[in-house]
Amino acid sequence: MALPFSRLHDAMSTDTYGHRLSVFSDRNFKYLMVAPGILILLLVGIFPLIYSLVVSFQNITMTDVDTSFQGLLNYKQLFRDARLWQALGHTALITAIALPLELVLGFLLAQLFLERMPGRQIFVALLVLPTVLSPIVAGATWRLMFDVRFGPIGQIVSYFAGEPVTLLWTVNPSLVYPAIIICEVWQWTPFMFLLLLAALSNVDQSQLEAAELDGASYWRVLRQIIMPAIKPVVAIAVLIRGLDLFRIFDIIWALTEGGPGSMTETISLYTYVIGFTQFDTSYTAAVAFLVVALLSVIVTLVLRRMELVK
Amino acid sequence: MTALTRRQRRALTLAMRYLIAVAVTLLFLFPVYWLFMISFKTPEEIFHVPPLWLPGQIQFNNYWVLFKDGDVVAILNSLIVAGTSSVIAMVLGTFCAYSLARFNTGGENLAMWIISQRMIPPMAVVFPIFLIYVHFGMVDTFSGLILLYTAFNLPYVIWMMRGYIADIPLELEESALVDGCTRWQVIWKVVFPMARSGLMATAVFTFVFAWNDFLFALILTRTEVITFPVQLTHYMGGQSNFWAKIAAMSVLGTLPIFVAVTIMQRYLVRGISLGAVKG
Repeated sequence: MALPFSRLHDAMSTDTYGHRLSVFSDRNFKYLMVAPGILILLLVGIFPLIYSLVVSFQNITMTDVDTSFQGLLNYKQLFRDARLWQALGHTALITAIALPLELVLGFLLAQLFLERMPGRQIFVALLVLPTVLSPIVAGATWRLMFDVRFGPIGQIVSYFAGEPVTLLWTVNPSLVYPAIIICEVWQWTPFMFLLLLAALSNVDQSQLEAAELDGASYWRVLRQIIMPAIKPVVAIAVLIRGLDLFRIFDIIWALTEGGPGSMTETISLYTYVIGFTQFDTSYTAAVAFLVVALLSVIVTLVLRRMELVK
Repeated sequence: MTALTRRQRRALTLAMRYLIAVAVTLLFLFPVYWLFMISFKTPEEIFHVPPLWLPGQIQFNNYWVLFKDGDVVAILNSLIVAGTSSVIAMVLGTFCAYSLARFNTGGENLAMWIISQRMIPPMAVVFPIFLIYVHFGMVDTFSGLILLYTAFNLPYVIWMMRGYIADIPLELEESALVDGCTRWQVIWKVVFPMARSGLMATAVFTFVFAWNDFLFALILTRTEVITFPVQLTHYMGGQSNFWAKIAAMSVLGTLPIFVAVTIMQRYLVRGISLGAVKG
């Protein structure tokens, strides 16, 4: 498609000042530029969702490819599926514990490194490393760390306990969640730390000094000056991490594979199990659609509220 | 005992901060250290009770085994898939971003929709994609995985580059247009050079996201295009874990990321906060 550059030039030469936006008013050009990207997003983002919606109204299982429409059969099953709601519960549990922990630890770390100190950049660069690891590597690493006989965690705990302690981190029902949360918090606290460090560095220094002169307590300064100033960043950080935690899969796959039993099965793991080991195709599509619908609504509302879009 | 002077107090505080900083850093790096160290250990050292905190000597046999058995193909696959998809996503995404930033194409609704695409849980999307891929014979192919990672990274690229391009003063482009440049020349000669660091940083993160992904690769590969995270899980079994291979493969798959991110340190905050924090 030929682009009318020459016409644009004519417009330019006669209209240099005054109509700034007229420079960028070429319709074809701007749509041509977005077309390929949007096409791929529609192809890989939207088309599967529509496909998924269609399949969810059919009744395709491992043994029976039944493409006749069954109405809301699969959606009714959602409400009877205890394991699904347990998986959602597990996901919520991990999120509810890990997210505040990461936020608080990240904040404390950011406070520690807020004031300039020689070598601060090096500390920050090193602390960031867990966050950029592949989550599956993080999970694998902690699996080696937690090993009963050959891992160092048991050894360290035994040392402090003064007697041999056997901790079956990935098998013992009361230890699996702590194990997952330790790994998760270890990997993502640096993420919170980085964002909060940037946010805290941008807090208005003159306000802090004024508060100090007035003899305001630390808590008052924190509540009335620091908190409001870093709130937008905290909101973004919580949103990003919240969404990540909602889809948590890799770390758990490496540590427990959802076990023991289905004790640590999150919504992503459950979807994997019914879709790729039980091949309950239509029902999986319904679950997937439920998750997307649920999250789309939440994300849209949160994004609008937070005014992330300028 | 006399009270400390202000100066002494300050020095003491700094010393305390250093102490805590070193302790925290060691705590956070210990698992990484443990991983690297296992990769240098001999089998006897790995399965020693109690665990040894230092290998007897640095030896690279664990890595050599990966090369000898051909397991490093997984790293190569990761490199091809992550590299190609990043390049495609960067090209298509940057053009989209330019249109969004300069023409406000589609308004805020389009921008919102694009970033919301990023936030949909992969597991929910990958299932129907798997069904479609099976239909078209695209499971376990390079093109299938590359297409998926391109689509997965596009919203990120568009969103980030939209921010970086918006940071470039409009006047520069205007004067280039006035000087007789065509629109493509403006993009090529003004926008790209001005946004170079943003482009680099975004490309690195795009690569890292694709490189680190496990879920898509687990579901959409079988034998031909296994990426390194999937290969890693093949070493984990119920009874026998191939510890040496897990450690060595993890290190091989992690070193490039560490190097890339360390170089891009300055853009890290902006990159991981979806542009919300300009650090």
